[in-house]
Parts: sequence; C-alpha cells; structure tokens
Amino acid sequence: MRPFEFVRADDARAAIAAFAADAGDNSSAAAAPAQYLAGGTTLIDLMKLDVMRPQRVIDINPLRQSAAAIALDDKGLRLGAMTLMAEAADHGEIRARFPVLTQSLQLAASAQIRNMASLGGNVLQRTRCTYFRDTSYAACNKRIPGSGCAALEGINRPHAVLGTSEHCIATYPGDFAQALLALDAEVELDGPRGARTIPFASLHRQPESTPQIETRLTPGELITAFRVAEVPWARRSLYLKIRDRDSYEFALASAAVALDLDGDIVKQARIALGGVATVPWRAKEAEAALIGKAVSDDTAQSAAEAAFAHARPRAHNAFKIALGKRTLIRALQQAAAMEIPT
Amino acid sequence: MTLTLHVNGRDHPLALDARTTLLDALREHVGLTGSKKGCDHGQCGACTVLVEGRRVLSCLTLAAVVDGKPVTTIEGLAQADGSLHPMQQAFIDHDAFQCGYCTPGQIMSAVGCVQEGHANSDAEIRDYMSGNLCRCAAYPNIVDAIKQAKPQMKEA
Repeated sequence: MRPFEFVRADDARAAIAAFAADAGDNSSAAAAPAQYLAGGTTLIDLMKLDVMRPQRVIDINPLRQSAAAIALDDKGLRLGAMTLMAEAADHGEIRARFPVLTQSLQLAASAQIRNMASLGGNVLQRTRCTYFRDTSYAACNKRIPGSGCAALEGINRPHAVLGTSEHCIATYPGDFAQALLALDAEVELDGPRGARTIPFASLHRQPESTPQIETRLTPGELITAFRVAEVPWARRSLYLKIRDRDSYEFALASAAVALDLDGDIVKQARIALGGVATVPWRAKEAEAALIGKAVSDDTAQSAAEAAFAHARPRAHNAFKIALGKRTLIRALQQAAAMEIPT
Repeated sequence: MTLTLHVNGRDHPLALDARTTLLDALREHVGLTGSKKGCDHGQCGACTVLVEGRRVLSCLTLAAVVDGKPVTTIEGLAQADGSLHPMQQAFIDHDAFQCGYCTPGQIMSAVGCVQEGHANSDAEIRDYMSGNLCRCAAYPNIVDAIKQAKPQMKEA
C-alpha cells in the first residue's frame, strides 16, 4: 500500500472541506487524490492491490453519530448513508414493508462485511473484474483510461451482457442497488458545491467510452442518505440471487422484482437486474410487457425475453442470458404468489 | 501517527504508520498473534475480531479508524483464571477444527453470530458463518459447536 495522509472528519462539512483541499481536476470521483473511508471493505482492499492510490484518506466514521439513522413513517423510509448493511438488514419494519431491501442486504457479502460496510459505500463498491483488480494486466480502461480492455477476449465468464461497450464489460457487483432501483429510491448528496437530491437510477453511469467514470458523483460529493417512498409495489417485492455457491458470493444473475397487483392483473411493475449488467439495470421493457396482464408462464417469459433482447454475450458468458431470463421468470412468479397482509 | 488500541480491556498506546491495519497492529505491535492473516483481503475470515461488540475483518480495518474503540480478540475470550469461553470449549468438545489456522476467526465469528441472534437453525448458522472459510472442512462440527455454546452463552 502506498503512503497516504490520514484525516479524521467529525462531520460532513469537515469531510467535504478535507476533500476539497485535494480534489484535483479529475472528473472521476473514484480516481480523485482524496477518498472517503467508511467501512473500508472496498477501499482498503483496492489500496492493498494498488488499484486505488489516494494521497489522502478521510475517515468519515465519526459521521455515524449524525448519518446512521433509520427513519420510517407512513410516507416512507430514510436511511442515513452511514447505516451499516447489517443494521438495515436486521430492521423488522423494513423487512415487512420493503422486503426487497432486506433480502438484497441479507444475501450480500458475509456477516463480517455487513457489519463493516455502510449503505453509502455499498452502492459505490467497485467491480470484481479480474483485469481491473490485478494490476499485472496492462489493459484496463477503468484503471488506466485508454489502455484497452483485457476482458473482451479474456476469461469473461463473470462479465456483463447488458450495458457493455467495446471499452468495458465489467459487471456491477452489488445487490442493494437493484432493490433501491426497484423502489424508485432517491439519493441525498452533499458536496463542495452544496447539497442535492437525485434519483438513484441516475447515480451510476454505463461505461460507454469512459469506463473510469462510474457514477455521476462529482469529486468530493458524499452520499448522505437514501429515501424510499411508500410506493404501492413495495410490499410485493423480493430479491432473487443466483450464484456459484449458496452464500458469500457475487451474483451470476439476480432480479429485484416489485409488483402492484389488482387481483391478478399487474398495475405497476419494477424490475432491476444484477450480475448481468455494467450498472444496476432497470428492465423497463420487461416491466411494460407485464402491465395489464396476469403473471403467467407466458407473460413472465415475454418479460424475460424483453429484458435480454439487447444482451451482447462474449466467449464465456452467453449462459448469463439464459440464466438471467430464468432468474427473472422465477422472481416474477414468486412475487406474484406472495401473500401480502392487508 | 499515534493512537491507542483498547484491546481486551487494556490500553496500548502505539506509534504506527497510517497504513497499518488493525490485524498487523495486533500481531506485530501489540504482540497478540491469535488473530490470523489468511487472505489479507477480506475473503477468508481468519482475522475476525470484535470491534465495539461487532464481528469485523481486522485485515480491512485501519488501526487508525478504531483508535480508542474496544477491540476483543481470541485472547480476550477466556476468563482471567484460564477457564475457557463456552464457544472455545464447544470447539474442543466437537472437534471443530483440524489444522486450527482458521479457528480463532471461526470462534470470534461464532461468538458474534450468537450475540447477533443469527444462530437459530443449522441453515442460518451456515449462512451467517459463510464469511469464515475452513480448508480442512470442519464445517459440520463448527455448526454443532455453535449449537452447544449458544444456550451456555445466554446463561453466562
């Protein structure tokens, strides 16, 4: 690990001020010379691997005093960004009202990591692409812009089939993000230029020609909270995750599904896919295929076909298209069959 | 930088490079070598300790971040008179290890698993212990050990 200056920030203002002193002119928040440190499960790992090389590390753990509250009322939920994954996963009322959130957290990482990782850091975790994480590979556009992509012709079994470009096919690795997407969540941000709130759906950026820019955060911006309204499809929601081993593994394919039914008929649907895309992936075409219909083998199949209509497989990951469709079909059928207490 | 690690009830004032992880601080500077370095990347669980009562990975925790916070390691579980923690005794009773390298992390994680209330069935124990790898595959015996220790920890 390279040397860095360690700064402890007692509140958000101090953290942002410490960042701004070293923000540089880099348009990629993840490559800025200063980095915020919360749970550290991504940052310290990638610093040990020499993938991330911050000159200043700003410890924001004191912000747990002010930014780790879980607030629920009849309008919805607000999760402070410093809330631990385990704290949110173990919250009974979240489980009852927003089951997809609970399941996405419970099925993620390990108990130790869920005890460390903040929700804000969780959605910013970086890809597990081997060619990104191993600096002995010269070609990685995400790590070294313009260097190429070793995954295109490499061992690309875990890589994405949706949202890829010829510059990057790295998979977004998280689970919680898909749940937030399915619930139309918003993200509260604070930064050198002030506070703002954006839809969660606009936080992540597809790689296109600049895969090193993964989010729409500007350097120094800090996620302070997530907001989820009491949407009608929240209670009939679930997260289904398919992986190589049953626990403590990243998704090969996953689906966050939320339905608002009138009898058997789908009034509203939200579908977000994980493990198969470069970003948390909203499958709007699949949602549209379900509106006004009952969830059946046929309609679920049609939705799954729509979700993957534009998928682009590589040499080793074509199986993800079939697996992704089956994952979505099962998730839709399970969601439609959920018993919802009234 | 200077900081104080509060480990197993004792203060350890230390002068450390900012890069020092909690695991390296414990092993190389405090002299507590019970916590083990396996992968050093948060994938194996051998370095598991409790910070403020929560099980965490000491290899991905900077020592500077836990300055002054209570840390419990495997060396802090037994009583002052040497009598073992119920989880330690249960691992012996059920032969829940072979080579022993992962065992301190397994035991610390198992204590956390019970304290968090996630040891209510075999399936739940396996899922909530999945962050601790055992290359000798003592997993069935580890589950049995946790089931034995759980009610004894409640009594203690």
